[in-house]
Amino acid sequence: MNTAQRNFEKVCEILEKNENNPARLIPILQEVQEEYRYLPEEIMTFLATSLDIPPAKVYGVATFFSHFALKPKGKYIIKICDGTACHVKKSTSILDAVRHKLGLTEDKNTTPDMLFTLELVSCLGACGLAPAVVINEDVHGLMTPAKTVALIDEILKKEASL
Amino acid sequence: MTTSMIINVDGKDIEVNGEKNLLEVIRKAKIDLPTFCYHSELSVYGACRLCMVNVDGRGLQPACSTPPENGMRVVTNNSEIRELRQIIVELLLANEGHECATCGKNGSCQLQLLAKKVGIKKVRFKRTGHKQETDDSTYSLLRNPDKCVLCGDCVRMCSEVQGIGAIDFAFRGAKAAVLPSFGKDLASVECVYCGQCARVCPTGAITPKPEIEEVWKALENKEKIVIAQLAPAVRVALGEEFGLEPGTSTMGQIVSALRLMGFDMVYDTSFAADLTVIEEGNELINRLKEGKNLPLMTSCCPAWVKYAEQYHPDLMDNLSTCKSPQQMFGSLIKEILPEKNKVEKKNIVVVSIMPCTAKKYEARRKEFAKDGIPEVDYILTTQELATMIGEAGIQFKNLEPSSFDMPFGFKTGAGVIFGNSGGVAEAVLRYASEKLTGVRTESYEFKQVRGESGIREAQIEVGGTLLKLAVVSGLKNVKNLIEKVKKGIAKYDIIEIMACPGGCIGGAGQPVYKEGSVRAKRTKGLYDNEKMLQLHKSQENPYIAELYQTVFGGGEKGLHLAHELLHTHYRSHKRIEKESFDIHANKKKTELDITVCFGTSCFLRGAQTVMKNILEHLDKQNIQDRVSVKASFCFEKCNRGPVVNIGGEIIEKCTPEKAISEIDRKLQISVAQS
Amino acid sequence: MISAETLELSKIAEEYGKKIAQVTKRVIICAGTGCVANGSLKVHEEFVKKIAEKGLDVVVELKEEKKSVYVSKSGCQGFCQMGPLVTMLPENILYTKVKPEDVAEIVEKTIILGEAVDRLLYKDALTGQSCKNTEEINFYKKQHRFVLKQCGVIDPEDIAEYIAQGGYKSARKAALEMADKEICDEIIKSGLRGRGGGGFPTGKKWEMARLQPKGKKYIICNGDEGDPGAFMNRSVMEGNPHSVIEGMIIAALAIGADEGYVYVRTEYPLAVKRMRKAVSEAEKIGILGKNIFYSGKSVKLSVMEGAGAFVCGEETALMASVEGKRGMPGPKPPFPVQSGLWEKPTVINNVETLANVPLIMAIGAEEFRKMGTAASPGTKTFAVTGLMANTGLIEVPFGTTLRTIINDIAGGVTREDGTLWPEGFKTVQIGGPSGGCLTKEHLDMPLDFDSLKKVGAMVGSGGLVVMNQNTCMVRIAKFFMQFIQNESCGKCVLCREGTKQMLAMLTDITEGKATEETIDLLKKLANAVQKGSLCGLGKTAPNPVHSTLRYFQDEYDAHIKAKKCPTGECKHLTSITIIPELCKGCTVCAKKCPVGAISGERQKAHTIAQDKCIKCGVCIDACKFKAIRR
Repeated sequence: MNTAQRNFEKVCEILEKNENNPARLIPILQEVQEEYRYLPEEIMTFLATSLDIPPAKVYGVATFFSHFALKPKGKYIIKICDGTACHVKKSTSILDAVRHKLGLTEDKNTTPDMLFTLELVSCLGACGLAPAVVINEDVHGLMTPAKTVALIDEILKKEASL
Repeated sequence: MTTSMIINVDGKDIEVNGEKNLLEVIRKAKIDLPTFCYHSELSVYGACRLCMVNVDGRGLQPACSTPPENGMRVVTNNSEIRELRQIIVELLLANEGHECATCGKNGSCQLQLLAKKVGIKKVRFKRTGHKQETDDSTYSLLRNPDKCVLCGDCVRMCSEVQGIGAIDFAFRGAKAAVLPSFGKDLASVECVYCGQCARVCPTGAITPKPEIEEVWKALENKEKIVIAQLAPAVRVALGEEFGLEPGTSTMGQIVSALRLMGFDMVYDTSFAADLTVIEEGNELINRLKEGKNLPLMTSCCPAWVKYAEQYHPDLMDNLSTCKSPQQMFGSLIKEILPEKNKVEKKNIVVVSIMPCTAKKYEARRKEFAKDGIPEVDYILTTQELATMIGEAGIQFKNLEPSSFDMPFGFKTGAGVIFGNSGGVAEAVLRYASEKLTGVRTESYEFKQVRGESGIREAQIEVGGTLLKLAVVSGLKNVKNLIEKVKKGIAKYDIIEIMACPGGCIGGAGQPVYKEGSVRAKRTKGLYDNEKMLQLHKSQENPYIAELYQTVFGGGEKGLHLAHELLHTHYRSHKRIEKESFDIHANKKKTELDITVCFGTSCFLRGAQTVMKNILEHLDKQNIQDRVSVKASFCFEKCNRGPVVNIGGEIIEKCTPEKAISEIDRKLQISVAQS
Repeated sequence: MISAETLELSKIAEEYGKKIAQVTKRVIICAGTGCVANGSLKVHEEFVKKIAEKGLDVVVELKEEKKSVYVSKSGCQGFCQMGPLVTMLPENILYTKVKPEDVAEIVEKTIILGEAVDRLLYKDALTGQSCKNTEEINFYKKQHRFVLKQCGVIDPEDIAEYIAQGGYKSARKAALEMADKEICDEIIKSGLRGRGGGGFPTGKKWEMARLQPKGKKYIICNGDEGDPGAFMNRSVMEGNPHSVIEGMIIAALAIGADEGYVYVRTEYPLAVKRMRKAVSEAEKIGILGKNIFYSGKSVKLSVMEGAGAFVCGEETALMASVEGKRGMPGPKPPFPVQSGLWEKPTVINNVETLANVPLIMAIGAEEFRKMGTAASPGTKTFAVTGLMANTGLIEVPFGTTLRTIINDIAGGVTREDGTLWPEGFKTVQIGGPSGGCLTKEHLDMPLDFDSLKKVGAMVGSGGLVVMNQNTCMVRIAKFFMQFIQNESCGKCVLCREGTKQMLAMLTDITEGKATEETIDLLKKLANAVQKGSLCGLGKTAPNPVHSTLRYFQDEYDAHIKAKKCPTGECKHLTSITIIPELCKGCTVCAKKCPVGAISGERQKAHTIAQDKCIKCGVCIDACKFKAIRR
């Protein structure tokens, strides 16, 4: 069984589990995103069909909540915390440095090689470690621009040797 | 005991009589509160914040969402309120895209009007936003996102009244926008082009798509014979654009204006409506006789037809096969005139003047063109006609009336009331009742089918049989009624269906109106209009009778020609333009491509089980490398689903067994070939 | 095995007691988000491994069979700055900043020999003395942990421990012994006010819902804590989920609801997991579901994960998203207690509010009123973050002063590098984007709902962010406005367009493009947005602007008139330059610069390209010759 097939069967399962209930749209989208790591358009159309709601509504919900991604993300997701605590400890300098390092901008947050996605998030709750940077699941506390750039270099080195 | 509720508005005591919110009460006090997002037909949204008033003890409150309470003291005008309104309007104007002079809504735009009303002298805020592209993908509507103020009127209209939801809010905050699904253009989604969104849009964000330039060009082209057909609902609404009361008939002035503008012949769509009555009446009688394909559902309304094609594939045989009056007219004219007037068919230009945006789309359907020549060339809405009259400098109100050209300008009252919801049903009843009983009666009105409610039912005894009928307008009402019919809760012989609330008089091509009372006045205008005519039954229209005798030539052959010219057939249609997506992909080209339809209808009929079995079969037979599988959204064969395409072979009502045996067969064939 | 047949809470407690009696030593490892981020789970693993290596029986789940060492996880203990935290029982020793490599020593010394490892004890910032446990640490000493009492002690994933500590007694009493009105009355009497923001009396809210006609009603727990810099609710949900559930059961019984939702922010995966587990455990033994406590009444709860929208903290928006819609607030009235979820009467309470409920029922309204002030009874949890020594989660009675919190509990204001800076205090931002600033003049003001409102701030959900003299207040206002702008749902004009324009004006100010008219217009717009917006998010959005203008007008003036940022934080109004005479050309700064803005030849004076410089100040710290200055 290949991935597309497995994913699709999973989507059908998710729908079944949620009894095709349109009120469960948000949990359904969350579970579908777990499968695909983002929400492909055709899957959302399929969900709309199965839930008997207009596709525009699914799109509306998917674009409202920041947790939903409509585009595939990079292999490494760098989240820079910009909660108040991190902000007063200069998290924006880190953002500037990472953007500069990876050639990203506010509108372009994934590198063309799909290796990195950069996100600015509000409060990861690691305020004691401010400023915090999370790369995939790993939390890095008490960061500086230089330390963050060094982390990226490390990843690049690791990827190059693969 | 009834206790009266009194609210003090700006020092005046106002009695509350069932008004649901302060806004209605304040309007009763003859004070016009500015609003964008309040619409009596729609749910309260509370987003524009323009109707904020001061309620004693509570401070500023939105009037639209504050329920009246006895003894409230309300102030609607003070410096704080004025400043707030100014700031709101300025904030909206600060967005890129509000260029009044070149806007389709110039003159009828609420934002423009409000800017004047609240006294905007200068926009103190920074210009923000960036130019966005206009969506001109459909024939019916223009979407100009720059001008959108996000009041949500269109969104609520589309879902609450029309039950479709083709457009909705997307994104949030400063990026919030009203968009068709996935930001596609309107033509790629399930929009039925009724245009009710455009009707309620306070700005120029959604407007009917104009064809004025094309029509002027045709009128100036000496080679062309340009023929106008005027829909019934237009005559009781156009006057509004020139300051007349809604419902005032300006039929004679319109005819004069059209002649002045250079139309070679001016005819009445009501003539074609009379023709529709005869054809549809016969259709009803036949179906009743055969007991087949009942209820008969009218098909005059193109937005409803598109809706039915997309959502009710199983009802395709219930739709009347009659073309709409607009198309019957075009079809007939282009058949008769070339010979009669010795002109080439390609030089005849039929321009219809319609209260409707969906008619623009209908005329471009491929069913309605013969050898590449469309039956109807251009469609002007009532609004566009008013614009053209203005462009031509015609003093409309001072025009001497004149009459339609003959013979296609002659109609009975039955053809006129088509513009009202219930009109088609009544007109058909006037014909069918006499035809069924064989008795001519003096009376002609069937007032049972008239009224303002969105769903009306009536039972009428005709020659011993009880005809059950329903008249419904507004697609949400339609949706509910059809659900009942499908469940067997309600049974009818004929259902008249109009997409716009109130029928064509409430169409989106009509002058912009906000109050429901406008619709009622237009309705009355049409009924009054028919009272002034001598004839009220389509079968009594002498030119219709002549048409059957001469042009169609009577007899079987004539009937055949009539059928060819005046009927069509509708089929199910997909809602969303969407490519397929891979379920089981292979890097290399495979021997066999399978696509399973996952449209709503197929999904409900078990497409998922079929898909599952196919995939299991591939695993079991170990033929994954030779086959690729996709899911697609709609093969438009909805009533015969689930539909599966196996190597080019379309299998309808596909079962897992059918699919598997076809796969095995196909693969053996390809093995044998290679 | 606990089952419905034995749903005698005392029996469950008794069984738990038997098991815990087998425990010779207990290691409690903080598994709150902060400590987990610092690697506490690895510490947990290491403990299990190292204890076993010593030949001792070790369990991670209580068993009855034999004597053993119990290594358990707890929720957030609050002292996040010092994590990972490890508590040793029965010695009652608290270790801070424990790393896996420290574990062997702890096992050896504390578990086997019963001695403390001094180097891992907390050292008082002023005296430098070792503190053995929470009773000796200032951070804990000055707190009054009421809601958080069990948080950080009990195993949040073990319902039996919660019951053994007296849990679910209040819910049982409410179900079996009290009428709905009696419950409402008790909470009204307690004076409990909503901890989520406005401070609306909880009992009154319940009573309003109770008086609605009988039929379907809902209870919702609002765990969509979105304020940047606040994590009190998360800690309660992670650390003591059953207390929230018990509060919800009581609320449901009080208003006549049989169904409810726990709405948890998606950024809190651990809280989601623990709440889900707690609900299912409570269901298993008949505390939730049909016929709870054999009372004939039903309370069904489900956990719903948010999807990332701050505005969903707003009641009507939260309900829209539970219904599967965009989280856009609706007009009020109708209020949720009249027509809420699916148009049914609905009570929405904050996590902390609900966690208070079972405790109030247990000690009685009168006892509860003894804490806090007359108008704001009880305690309040605060997340204390920013530039101070001990950031973390605290709980104090209402009426405590800011001075106590900052100096005594949080250990005082610091510089960016963490060193103490007692005279560096500038302001405390309280209540997040909806809140305001408190300054030196408020240090001795007793904190409660009403006193804060009076000075233009609010309790909000309880985030306290301390800022020092190096923090630019215009930038802080801009920061909050940017946050609100991102989180505005976009529905009402004033919030959507108004915050956009306010942000543009603040940006102009920080970039030196503003005039005095800008301030005037900013004030007018802020007023309009406050008065005219549809929901609480919009209405409170201008608060940071109002508040910073009120207390730091001079900073605004400096930006506008002198085109200077007094703190040097605003990039456009500051430059970092190298003084050529002092520069030795050592190249250290060029190497350290994260954006490559510094260039120059070795042993010659270097220069900074201003268009590239992000003003992070790394070079200033790196320069040994003090040749680089702002």
